[in-house]
Amino acid sequence: MAKIVLDRMREGFTAGEIIETGSMHGNEWARVAPCAWRRVAEFLRDDPATQMNLFVDLTCVDRTPREPRFDVVLHLYSVEKKHRVRLYAGVAEKDPAIDTLVPVWPGANWFEREAFDMYGVRFAGHPDLRRILMYPEFQGYPLRKDYPKEKRQPLLRRLPGSV
Amino acid sequence: MPLTFYNTKLADAVNWARKYSLFQYPFVTACCGMEFMAVWAPKYDIARFGAEFPRFSPRQSDLLIVVGTITERQGPVLRRIYDQMCEPKWVIAFGVCASTGGFYQNYSVMPGADQVIPVDVYVPGCPPRPEQALDALVLLQERIQRGEGHSQVVLKQERGYEVPLAAIRPTVRGGG
Repeated sequence: MAKIVLDRMREGFTAGEIIETGSMHGNEWARVAPCAWRRVAEFLRDDPATQMNLFVDLTCVDRTPREPRFDVVLHLYSVEKKHRVRLYAGVAEKDPAIDTLVPVWPGANWFEREAFDMYGVRFAGHPDLRRILMYPEFQGYPLRKDYPKEKRQPLLRRLPGSV
Repeated sequence: MPLTFYNTKLADAVNWARKYSLFQYPFVTACCGMEFMAVWAPKYDIARFGAEFPRFSPRQSDLLIVVGTITERQGPVLRRIYDQMCEPKWVIAFGVCASTGGFYQNYSVMPGADQVIPVDVYVPGCPPRPEQALDALVLLQERIQRGEGHSQVVLKQERGYEVPLAAIRPTVRGGG
């Protein structure tokens, strides 16, 4: 479907930035070296053959016990070319950080905040990286696999029997 | 003796008036709201029980209906809304999420609105039928008549009166 996107990426980056590519059920994906994350994104947006001008989604996956532990997942779509691609970048548990994509697509702002809130992945260069769903008092990152499943961190509780 | 007699009769009369003129504040956060809207609509018509008028200001209402999932983050907000309401005041938790947290057992959802505010009537269901909301209202009316609502009990215990001299007395943080 969008083999052209993978071909263009392999042509544009020949120094091992594209670690692996694949295609399943008509959906193309590529694993990108985290150091090239921002450059690949800019390339896909600006290249006339790809024109990935619509940022669809950015999220994170905890792949414990695999190393690197986290995958940042990016979904892109081209309104003109009507093709889409999915990018992965591995992020290590120790110092989980990757470049922000907010300068490339401003829509990435809240998605990166959510990934930071839920998984603790930091996006270097993000203009406003703070929790978006949980409250500032919350400790830890709730969607990490090692966060206890039912652990709550109440902001407020009334005493039993009181009003 | 005569004073007690009049007090009791006065409380009965006032409670009778209270139970048929509840002004509700719907705190609607989730899908239960869909079902709850039907309670206002002509088919089920909560107006028949004198509680038809939703006020979207806690100062003007005395029945807080918690409809839907309450998250931990909403806890202080819900408590503040309850504190702003006029006494005496009552709370109905509509649906399992508002009553117990429902099927959410995780980091974000509060296990029932009664973690932060006192709840008078719990309505189970996911979502409950509109008839259950009417049933809950009738149950609450019976409790109001008997003076058993949480804030009625507190008024009587802490302040020594069953019928406030002024009908509108918002709770002030820290009592008084």
